[in-house]
Amino acid sequence: VRRRDVLLAAGLAAALPLRSALADGERLRLLLAGLLGERAPREGRVVIDIPEVAENGATVPIEVTVASPMTEADHVRELHLLAERNPSPEVAVYRFTPRSGRAFVATRIRLAESQRVHALAIMSDGTPFAASREVQVTVNGCGG
Amino acid sequence: MTTIQRRLRVPATAVQGEVIEIRTLIAHPMETGLRHDEDGRPVPEHIIRRFVCHYDAEVVFSADWHPAVSAYPYLAFTTVATETGVITVAWHDDDGSVHTESATITVT
Repeated sequence: VRRRDVLLAAGLAAALPLRSALADGERLRLLLAGLLGERAPREGRVVIDIPEVAENGATVPIEVTVASPMTEADHVRELHLLAERNPSPEVAVYRFTPRSGRAFVATRIRLAESQRVHALAIMSDGTPFAASREVQVTVNGCGG
Repeated sequence: MTTIQRRLRVPATAVQGEVIEIRTLIAHPMETGLRHDEDGRPVPEHIIRRFVCHYDAEVVFSADWHPAVSAYPYLAFTTVATETGVITVAWHDDDGSVHTESATITVT
């Protein structure tokens, strides 16, 4: 297990001050700082379904579900998918409304190499929840 | 403007209040800007930047995409069947075009 993975697993925000450990993940760090500010994401609620081994990094199926009543007062506002070792860590941002019914997405993403994929949900009151999964990639997915 | 093939799958009927799944697909290359052609020239980035789903006049779900979304992007999500109406999805291409697809849902 790489040192960076341990840090990220310990909590995305907790890893932010440790700049040296994330030297090659500067964009991810800045991105998370912008999204989270001073808040540390909580564990739970976010479930990522992604293969542990992806033969083709060009198209890796992923499903994310966030547990939420999805009411006007309490719903998932945003879900960010991040791939920490891609040329650019942003994958997609999904914006839900109470009329979404569920906070669920299924899609296919590119992974440049084996890495940890993060899902960060921001609730309607601003509370962040995060989860991550390690994916082994056999053939890289950015055609570079 | 070339027409890009796309698919929108919405249940034809639903019971009011039911959470329905919407499945979408568009035949778009999602060029990352990192690839080179046969002659070694870089292929410029060309992607769908934004995805929006309207249920009649209201936005019920939207997304911002980056080059890490795979080519021929597939996206499934849900919405609450509120009333008989039209569900429209729009893919906003960074070449300025907007590709749309609509389906009618009958809610009882």
